[in-house]
Parts: sequence; structure tokens; C-alpha cells
Amino acid sequence: MSFDIHDDCRYRETHEWARPNGAVRVGITDFAQDELGDVVFVELPNVGDEFAAGEEFGVVESIKAVSDLYAPISGEVTAVNDRLADEPELVNEDPFGDGWMLELDLADEGELEDLLSPDAYRDQTE
Amino acid sequence: MALRTPPLRELHAERGAKFTEFGGWDMPVEFDGIRVEHEAVRSSAGLFDVSHMGEIEVSGPGATALMNRLTTNDVAALSAGDAQYAAITNESGEMIDDTVVYLLPDGETYLFVPNAGGDDAVFDRWTEHRDEWGLDAVVENATDEYAMFALQGPDAVETATALSDAPLADLNRFTVREASVAGVDCLVARTGYTGEDGVELLLSATDAKAVWEAICDVEQAGAEVQPCGLGARDTLRIEAGFLLSGQDFDVDSNPRTPFEADIGFAVDLDTEFVGRDALAAQREAGVEERFTGFRLTERGVPRHGYDIVNTENRVVGEVTSGTMSPTLDEPIGMGYIPVEYAGPGTNLRVVVRGNQKNARVQTLPFYEP
Repeated sequence: MSFDIHDDCRYRETHEWARPNGAVRVGITDFAQDELGDVVFVELPNVGDEFAAGEEFGVVESIKAVSDLYAPISGEVTAVNDRLADEPELVNEDPFGDGWMLELDLADEGELEDLLSPDAYRDQTE
Repeated sequence: MALRTPPLRELHAERGAKFTEFGGWDMPVEFDGIRVEHEAVRSSAGLFDVSHMGEIEVSGPGATALMNRLTTNDVAALSAGDAQYAAITNESGEMIDDTVVYLLPDGETYLFVPNAGGDDAVFDRWTEHRDEWGLDAVVENATDEYAMFALQGPDAVETATALSDAPLADLNRFTVREASVAGVDCLVARTGYTGEDGVELLLSATDAKAVWEAICDVEQAGAEVQPCGLGARDTLRIEAGFLLSGQDFDVDSNPRTPFEADIGFAVDLDTEFVGRDALAAQREAGVEERFTGFRLTERGVPRHGYDIVNTENRVVGEVTSGTMSPTLDEPIGMGYIPVEYAGPGTNLRVVVRGNQKNARVQTLPFYEP
């Protein structure tokens, strides 16, 4: 089984992706959604909340498991994906697209470099 | 300790199953996703490999006495080909396991099905008590010789019939007969753990592959039978309000009697079983806590071990099983709570990661076909 890994993202070992494009959009990877199975509930923070890199920002629940979500970088939440409240299955269907979770403003460019490259993340999941 | 494997472990892996450890067995937990598998069972048919369930055979002149001393129901009430649900209790009336007892069509051999990982302990219990009481009975742990499949759903019986040499539609609930399925001699029982109609097949482990593949190839109304894992088995049984041994009761960590677990129908106090006197006393006195279902009326998923609190913030119980119900699309759970809170409609709360979520008591089962 091979999973989607996007080249325009950086990755945390805990299976979150971060895509810098102005603000940094954050979600969980295809590998992570497959491990979790059917996602039924995503608990996200509010716009304006601040997180340090590695801090827990929310929770994703599937039918069989509950998993913490960790901020890949430090920053203030500038947007959350409100669609996930009613359509948590988007995390399974399109983890890098419509299943995104939040956006953080990028305080420190260097933190992106601390994350895994697509190739390094691919190595981790294979 | 090495995990035990069902005979078709490799076949399931090739089909893309994910596996999990359960009761010392390496079992498929998911083939195509819990929701897809769950919905197949509710709408057409799903096939589960449940070869992790134990099979203990008891025969000989003392078999009936031995069974009646160690299970809570009355096996003397069984005719050849009948099945009954029962608990296995200790002297205190606490459940060690729950099981289905079959009197096989020969009318002489009892076969019962302890839960995964419980077969060795139950086998020892049977032989020790047999010897202690001097009963003339042969007890055999046949778990490794049997494969067991559950074919469940509204189309399940029709699917089994399509492969069988004999009609199965007239097989009554909680009965078992011998039939050839896909050319293999099977015990076919109208039993299950999903709340749906269906059958369970017991067959020689060496013939497992032919039967599994034949069932998977049957098309009903254009749809093939969905292979299902333990994940969907769990969500289906929770919707049906069924107990899971080791999770909804555990003789060490959460000892419960059949009356507390609300399966009094499986207890016959007119038989002399181990734990009978304690249970007779409890029936007289009444239970203080009872196994009860509830729905969350807020977002969140109740899970095993979460606290249940009353409206005055006092902890009154603990969730033993819970899930997001795929059929109802609502969070549902079960647990033991004091009887004064067990009435349908009672407002309670479940503590989900530090946050209290409103819940309402509901009569089990959550779902009936």
C-alpha cells in the first residue's frame, strides 16, 4: 500500500503536514487518516489561539481510536476548517485538500526546516 | 508469547486486511473500513472470521451434569440441535465469561464457545470440576481444530442457502444443524453477535479457505459479500447492546453478575451451578447497579473507562463500551450505573477528556432490524 505524500509540504513524525503558502496550512497525512480509519469528530482550537511547535492543538476521533494533534510550527491560529464540524469524513477523503484543519501564521521560518522533508517522511512511513 | 493465528491469516493479509491483537490472537480488524463493513451487515451481508472464539466439546454420561454445574442456564432444556446463551460464574456469581452452548445434532455432545483467549482457562475449569465431582465426561478443547465464520445481515441466510446442499431458511433462531456449505461439512447455527439475522459456521480449520472464498464469491442483488473485521463486529454488537467479555465485565478488574449485566434471562436458579446461591440472594435483594445504555446529545465519543457523572457532578459509573454509531450517526455507550439513574430518559454526563458531555439513558438495544 502506498500513501500520498505532497512535495509542497513539510512533515512532523506524528503525521501532521504543514504547507507554507503565506500562512501555514496544517492537516494530517494520508497515512495517518488510513491508520485512524473513519474519522467521526475533529476538535479544533479557535482563531486567535496560540501554539508552540509540538504543542497539542486538537484531537481527531475515528470510530476506533482517538488521537492528539500536534502543531508542526509555532504560531497564532488565523483560520480553522469549519467544514470538519459537519463533514469530518473530509479528513479521510481528501487529507491534503478539503480535510485541512487549521492555518497558523509563521513566526519562525527556521521551524519549517526542522520538520521532515517529503522524502524523509516517506522513509518513515514505508 | 506468540500470537495465535486464525487459519486464514495469510489470505486475509493478501486481501488487504489490517490486523490487531485480541485475546492473544492476531485478527483482522478491518478489510475496507469499519463504516463500509458495518453498513454492509445492516443492509445486505458481511462475513467475519471469528476463529479466535474457543470451541470446547463435552460428552459422556456426565456431560449434562457438568454443563449444568458450570453454566448459569439449564442445558437439560436443550433438544438436539438447540443452542442457548449462558454465563460462566464463580462462587460469588461473578461472570468469568459468557458463552453460547450448543447441543449438537447427535443429541449427546455439547459444544460451547468461550471468548477469545478464554479457552484454556475454561477447559481447565471444566476438567478440574469434572474430577472434583467424579463425573464421567470427556472434555476436549477443540479450538485449534475449528474455524468459525459469522455470516450476518438480512441477506446472510439466503447467501448461505445458495452454497448449501440443504435449505437453511427453516433453521430457527438459536438452533444448529449439519449442512454441507461449498461442499464442506459444517455446523450451521442461526446465531450471531450483530443484532442482524444470520448464521455462524463451525468447520474444520483445514477446510476454511474453500468455504471463506465461496461465500465471498456469492453475489446477492449484484453485491458481493463484504469481508468484515473485528472493528465492525464491535460497532455492530454495541448497537445491539451485547456484552463483550473482558470489556463490559471482567472477573478481575470489573466483576459483574448476570443480573447486573441485565442478562437474567440466561440464569436458571432451579439448577445447581457454581454461583447459584449468591445469585439467588442477589435476585432477592435486587441489584444496586445495572448495565445501561445512553446516547450523548453533544459531540464527542464515549469510550471505555470514561467517567459517567450525574447532574450534581458526582461520578456514578464508568463507560465500559462506546462508539460513534455508524447506523444512527450518534455517539452511544454503555456502562454500569446505580439503578436510580438507569431509567430511560435520565440525564447524565460523560467526561470526555475533561469535558462533560450531556447524555441521556436509553433502553437497549440502540438498534433493531
